[in-house]
Amino acid sequence: MTDTSATQAKRPASGFKIDFHVWGPIIALIVLVIAGALMNPNFLSYGNVTNVLARSAFIGIIAVGMTFVITSGGLDLSVGSMAAFIAGVMILIMNALLPSMGVGIGIVLVGMASALVVGLAAGLVNGLLITQARIEAFIVTLGTMGIFRSLITWLADGGTLSLDYSVREIYRPVYYSGLFGVAWPIIVFAVIAIIGEMIMRHTAFGRHCAAIGSNEQVARYSAVHVDRVRLATYVFLGILVGIATIMYVPRLGSASSATGVLWELEAIAAVIIGGTVLKGGFGRVWGTVVGVLILSLIDNLLNLTDLVSPYLNGAIQGVIIILAVVLQRQKKAAR
Amino acid sequence: MLAAQKVSRSFGPVQVLFDIDMTLRAGEVHALIGENGAGKSTLMKILSGYLAPTHGDLMLDGKTVTFLSSEDAEDAGIILIHQEFNLAEQLTVEQNIFLGREIRKGFLLDHKAMRAETERLLRELETRVSPSAKVSDISVSDKQMVEIAKALSRNARVLIMDEPTAVLTNREAAILFRQIERLKQKGTAILYTSHKLDEVARIADRITVLRDGQNVAAVKAGEMNEDQMAQAMVGRELSNLFPPKRDTAGGETVISVKNLSVGDIVHDVSFDLQRGEILGFAGLVGSGRTELMEGIIGVRESSGTIEIGGRPMPLRSVKDARRAGLVYLTEDRKGRGLILTQGMRTNLTLLALDKFTRGTIDGKAEEAALDKAIKEFDVRAPTRQVLVGNLSGGNQQKLLLAKTMLAEPDIVIIDEPTRGIDIGTKQQIYEFIHKLAASGKSVIVISSEMAEVIGLASRVVVMRSGRVTGEVSGDDVNEDVIVRYAMGLEGRKYQSDD
Repeated sequence: MTDTSATQAKRPASGFKIDFHVWGPIIALIVLVIAGALMNPNFLSYGNVTNVLARSAFIGIIAVGMTFVITSGGLDLSVGSMAAFIAGVMILIMNALLPSMGVGIGIVLVGMASALVVGLAAGLVNGLLITQARIEAFIVTLGTMGIFRSLITWLADGGTLSLDYSVREIYRPVYYSGLFGVAWPIIVFAVIAIIGEMIMRHTAFGRHCAAIGSNEQVARYSAVHVDRVRLATYVFLGILVGIATIMYVPRLGSASSATGVLWELEAIAAVIIGGTVLKGGFGRVWGTVVGVLILSLIDNLLNLTDLVSPYLNGAIQGVIIILAVVLQRQKKAAR
Repeated sequence: MLAAQKVSRSFGPVQVLFDIDMTLRAGEVHALIGENGAGKSTLMKILSGYLAPTHGDLMLDGKTVTFLSSEDAEDAGIILIHQEFNLAEQLTVEQNIFLGREIRKGFLLDHKAMRAETERLLRELETRVSPSAKVSDISVSDKQMVEIAKALSRNARVLIMDEPTAVLTNREAAILFRQIERLKQKGTAILYTSHKLDEVARIADRITVLRDGQNVAAVKAGEMNEDQMAQAMVGRELSNLFPPKRDTAGGETVISVKNLSVGDIVHDVSFDLQRGEILGFAGLVGSGRTELMEGIIGVRESSGTIEIGGRPMPLRSVKDARRAGLVYLTEDRKGRGLILTQGMRTNLTLLALDKFTRGTIDGKAEEAALDKAIKEFDVRAPTRQVLVGNLSGGNQQKLLLAKTMLAEPDIVIIDEPTRGIDIGTKQQIYEFIHKLAASGKSVIVISSEMAEVIGLASRVVVMRSGRVTGEVSGDDVNEDVIVRYAMGLEGRKYQSDD
């Protein structure tokens, strides 16, 4: 009966009614931008926009990978700790090679390569435990989350690992410089988002992720290598965490047990706000990008205006996440 | 007792029921028959409060009633047993039976009373399932029995059953009919749908036939025989349900399975399949036919050899099988065949997606393939964007066929090709299988409907308890012989535990 009344109520209005599932995140983003511009003239300044986008790039790059994991019915809680661990390993390797390699582009490239390798390996560990040992994704990544976090604390001996100042000077531009006035993190995020969207919408891999998330049995009976695709989503995410870390390290030049705390939840929240279904079966990368922007704009707005205390940032983000899911569900009930 | 008066129902612009009148009387079995999509399910949902009529009224004991929800209807003693089971898979049989109306002793549950009541109900239904078994662990037919037990425990005044026998064996169906008889004596009104017309003729007191949402016939049971029922449902005369068989003996062997075993379920099975042949697999539910085929296509681990075109071919996954030209069409179209929450296009191309992919997926080619499939397989969908879960069973089956054929196989294994499908669509599917074989492909048909195996196949392998007990061909392909093999009355004897 509930769905009857919903259909009846919805039908006559369907011509005017906005499809919140598609437009909800975009409308929210536009409202935020307008509100921001009205409240603070600096909001749309070049400096502020660059700052917001560059800072959201880390979570954004990770969230693109998370979209694939969630779409295929998985979850990865370990990405924040993983980023901290990768940052630590990267710094240790670069510092250790400094005497033999000397200061130069080479040492930074080795550092970047090691970040990608460690990210890939970490993703592989998660993926293999989930697909081969058949342990639930939540449990595996809850476990590796603790392991990575503890490893970075141990590597840093409870303190902070700092990149040598001479290397820092060469590495700095990766975060602070850019191309045609656009910062590198923003460019990298944009490229990854576009590639991610392409893969999700227009390749067999994206289709297979959605199929596995909807109904694993159907996928298996339709000649989809379920385990292989699942594993690939975790490895892909691991590599993206590596890339995000490459962009992050030059910002502060250090890593500690406080690095990347709660990144996993921000990434998951962005994915959900963007309209990807938490249970899997449907995902969209562009939605995730919008979700990331919404979250970081709220943070920025609260810092720029004194309307609400910035300490309430978390509460507002929480409301947005819940609201996003409620709006999506209304759409579903109306079908 | 419960009556519908001029009940109509529309979904958006589409009207699916037109002014239906129908009266259920105490102590009577009323059969509701019609093709898939004729509006049976909608009518049953209206009667049981899951849907509201767009126009028209429901009368209970002579008074107009409006059910706001299915709980409302249940409180009035009207209970619907769904075709898709509404059981909580992680709970036990007993917990399911009492779900929502647990017996309490003060604040605590009265486990003893519930256990006793569950045992009594299950005993009445003559099923061996244990009250403490988890529902996810029991077989499909046992689940049906649990659904029925659940309904019985609610002291239904009106019991509505949506194709209860579709997944039951003959023996289980017989038990169900005895229960129906017993409920009838107690004065329960029963509404019953089934695609098995012999069943309808046997147990119904009154028959209503729906076609395209219209009430085309409402008669007392004796006034209509099975042929007339089928005719009323389809609206045209059904000539031969099965196309004539062709002689394919002596063709080249395309696949040869030797000593295949699958876990504890299938033991040492060997058979050959010739080009252009339709080979039937008969046996009781649970005789291991599905598991055998799943072993062959690589979704289950198996031992033994499979030779395709004379060469041994290890098949470790569905993809391997597909590459070797072998596809399997599952019996479980909703659980394993189609993604119900997606549209037709993505479902259609999932198996053969590589044919549409050169780096990226060619959406236009996919649309063209969907056009072709809709035409070739006569898929009737309200819109192209419809979610597959909203298609009728027959149209889902056609889409599943189209999906499988898109992989351009040489050998097709079809498991229960027409389960839960109306007679008109059945005929189309038989015709299609026949054409497939005539075009030089080889087909294996598994079916629990004896008439289907006999009507389609020129050779039939019979299985029992995971072993092949016999193989019949030519004039021996008849019900008597096959049943004797299937029941273990004849043929190779094996030690079996049941």
